[in-house]
Amino acid sequence: MEIIAALGELGLGERLLTTPAALAAFSCDGLTAFTARPCAAVLAESTAEVVATVRACHATGTPFVARGSGTSLSGGSLPVAGGVLIALNRLNRVLSIDPESRTAVLEPGVINLDVSRAAAAHGLAYAPDPSSQSVCSIGGNLAFNSGGAHCLRHGMTANHILGMTVVLPDGELTTLGGPSREGLGPDWTGMFCGSEGLFGIAVEVTVSLIPIAEATATFLAAYDSLSAAGDAVSAIVAAGLLPVAMEIMDALAIEAAEASVKPRYPPAAALLIVELEGDRDTVAADTTALEALIAVSGAVSVTHTADPEERALIWKGRKSAFSAVGWLAPDYIVQDGVVPRTQLGRALAEVEALSAAAGIRVANVFHAGDGNLHPLILFDGAEAGALERAEQLAADILSMCVRLGGSITGEHGVGVEKRAHLPLMFSPDDLTLMGEIRRSVDPGELANRGKMLVPMAEGTAA
Amino acid sequence: MRHTIATDTLGPRGPALTAPIDACVHCGFCLPSCPTYVTLGEEMDSPRGRILLMKEVLEGTLELDSALPYLDNCLGCQACETACPSGVHYGELITGFRAHVEPVRRRPAAARLQRRLLLETLPFPRRFALAARLGRPARALAERLPSPLAAMLALIPDRLPPAAPLPARMPAQGPRRARVALLAGCAQQVLDPDINWAALRVLAANGIETVIPPGQACCGALAMHTGASERARPLARANLAAFPTDVDAIITTAAGCGSGMREYGLLLAGEPDAEAGAALAERVCDVATFLDRVGLIAPPPLPEPITVAYHDACHLAHAQRERTAPRRLLGAIDGLTLVEPAEWELCCGSAGTYNVEHPELARRLGARKAANLRATGAELIVTANIGCLTQIGLHLREAGVEMALLHTVQVLDRAYAHALKGAPPR
Ligand SMILES: Cc1cc2nc3c(=O)[nH]c(=O)nc-3n(C[C@H](O)[C@H](O)[C@H](O)COP(=O)(O)OP(=O)(O)OC[C@H]3O[C@@H](n4cnc5c(N)ncnc54)[C@H](O)[C@@H]3O)c2cc1C
Ligand code: SF4
Ligand code: SF4
Repeated sequence: MEIIAALGELGLGERLLTTPAALAAFSCDGLTAFTARPCAAVLAESTAEVVATVRACHATGTPFVARGSGTSLSGGSLPVAGGVLIALNRLNRVLSIDPESRTAVLEPGVINLDVSRAAAAHGLAYAPDPSSQSVCSIGGNLAFNSGGAHCLRHGMTANHILGMTVVLPDGELTTLGGPSREGLGPDWTGMFCGSEGLFGIAVEVTVSLIPIAEATATFLAAYDSLSAAGDAVSAIVAAGLLPVAMEIMDALAIEAAEASVKPRYPPAAALLIVELEGDRDTVAADTTALEALIAVSGAVSVTHTADPEERALIWKGRKSAFSAVGWLAPDYIVQDGVVPRTQLGRALAEVEALSAAAGIRVANVFHAGDGNLHPLILFDGAEAGALERAEQLAADILSMCVRLGGSITGEHGVGVEKRAHLPLMFSPDDLTLMGEIRRSVDPGELANRGKMLVPMAEGTAA
Repeated sequence: MRHTIATDTLGPRGPALTAPIDACVHCGFCLPSCPTYVTLGEEMDSPRGRILLMKEVLEGTLELDSALPYLDNCLGCQACETACPSGVHYGELITGFRAHVEPVRRRPAAARLQRRLLLETLPFPRRFALAARLGRPARALAERLPSPLAAMLALIPDRLPPAAPLPARMPAQGPRRARVALLAGCAQQVLDPDINWAALRVLAANGIETVIPPGQACCGALAMHTGASERARPLARANLAAFPTDVDAIITTAAGCGSGMREYGLLLAGEPDAEAGAALAERVCDVATFLDRVGLIAPPPLPEPITVAYHDACHLAHAQRERTAPRRLLGAIDGLTLVEPAEWELCCGSAGTYNVEHPELARRLGARKAANLRATGAELIVTANIGCLTQIGLHLREAGVEMALLHTVQVLDRAYAHALKGAPPR
């Protein structure tokens, strides 16, 4: 093959992978329902190698897919069959930290949590904290504009990316944004963030850091219904409090967490986790206010702690919940949809109704403060038709989100999974325009072909 | 993860092979604690990747020969199980898979010879001691030998400590609180016989009587974990016959042996003595766990304070999920300060015969572990497995560091005897 010969010239040695086993290992991401074999995988160790690989792809018209840690839940890092997979996980150095300007320069494969680990020495942290933060990479976060529990106050990934160096789909190296936010002209950084790799590969990323708060308090409030917990969230926001995180888990999600990392949550139909953060006085004052709000919200029980180990366990339970659901059923679909926060109670009731009507169990664990739902649809793939029924329920839930004024994805991206649902939110004109913008940068649709937008080769929709 | 493997065609081990594949959701939470992923940085050498490879081989969509190098790289350390939120029993999968494919796999001649030498000497203390003495002069030839053999020779210790044979029974001191049977083990008994003696004395000091049943064999873990079930089964059966059922526990002092014996149920799955194997497995208990369970009689305070770094042996921390007991035991010694090394979950690279079969990877992991332990500034390193003691000692020496190394029971033993200071570097 032409592309294999071209890659062979790059002197990658054993880091050019073409054996069946190597390609099999890279054949899917966190959404295993989709698999495809690339023709080669490249384990890049430098910007120059990424550039050279992309150039080879461009010269031969071969589609390529960037991969960080492969934890995408929407098929974002699924290879294109016969294309090239560019693995960036070895590009994992924190290049520099500037405590004064509170910025860090990172290679794209740096693991999210490692940024905060490196910054801790300066009393700083990297705010966006996806539940997968111990594994997922900055490059993947950037491509998906990933969120996390603590993004309620601090904002999603895009709010923390100042600039980057990217390899465009034709192999050109260019810089977007810069060390400060005060740039002139279009916000290219903003456009690249969340574009799911369609505009190329980020090879160096400058992020902003936040000071580690002086005080933190984490509350666990138990409720006897999901909607009561949802209403409490609205009440807290309406009262003007701004917690750093507000998360809800239902009984099934609690059961899964207890089976797995045993966070010792109180038994409840719904558990609300609220975290306050700030200087000591603010947290003390907010604690009083929050206790009063929870007291009248119908909570069955409430506890709070500032102990780092207890807090870590609470968050470990929450952050392991997706994977822990593996204890409850052989298969499940992680859904990701958004509703306006004021519609939270209604949306949860609708999820319950849809689940009951379909006779399919749904576990709920979600970023309540953002109205970002994560219904986990449980099924047994060995049963005939079970997958199709689960997918139908997932689609019904998304339609409901859009109907209530929300969106089909909060943070997991469109990938291949939700491509078909885009017309729920965008008109044909919108989609055509998106396709045109994409092709103005990448006429051959080589970068991550088939993700998010339907490529020209497949149809005329966009 | 969904798959199309017909579990019932895989024999009695079938469910143990497919259940972990069912349970894996491909989330990757296991990646940062996998020693091969952390050092090699490629998906095929990660737990998540290996599960996918084994799935595809069993489904028939991937050739075994292509997958084997990556599966062979796995240390079997089970750190991925500790990290996995989904409860994947990876250890059962890899052990079962290795046994499943052993009959059909081909190995090069030198590797075949090495494997035979290992499997026919290590599990037998007398043969091992003899081989060590014979092998030492051969080290001069190491450069000219095929590399698998040279790697084996590098591990032979310079001197073997003299071994007083273990007694048949060690009575409890004071009122008897429990009665246990001890697995003497094989390699450890040759390399450091003091560990078992220390265990006997510590158990006795805690009112525990120990019997050392005659006729017992190597635990079989080494064979079991490298796919040689047919060699492991007779060893397990010898132990089934040798160990009495009227004791409170079967005690192991090497973490690797403990985790091996706890797998007898699986090893004998589908055999007439499967149930007996599972029952024995239930009663196997690491010496630290048992002492902690009955309640340690605190040793006298140390004359001088000492700082100790505890290294979690994979086969205790991950395979037996025991991290608190050894720390509680050591913490009970007044004057002993425990410090924690970075990257506790990463294997030191010893892992049974791994340092012989994959010397380069083992060396990288050993050096990394030694550096992390050294960075704690501790005076003494303590762990629960002979393989770790040997491997860490080797890499500390290579880094030119003089640090003392002991097994948990040796620390307790010396504390009871007022002799903890001045332990010689290994
Ligand atoms: C258990 C679990 C929990 C999760 N929780 C959350 C959560 O709380 N919040 C959340 O937002 N997500 C969550 N996710 C989803 C996932 O972790 C995120 O989408 C994450 O950002 C993906 O990072 P990655 O390194 O694994 O990227 P990958 O999966 O490797 O790639 C993701 C996408 O980014 C592209 N990409 C990767 N690197 C680059 C680069 N350098 N330049 C350009 N494009 C690139 C890929 O082509 C792909 O399209 C979770 C996933 C799992 C499995
Ligand atoms: S953590 Fe568990 S479920 Fe997740 S990929 Fe690893 S083995 Fe599979
Ligand atoms: S057993 Fe150890 S080496 Fe093997 S996959 Fe698991 S963590 Fe990696």
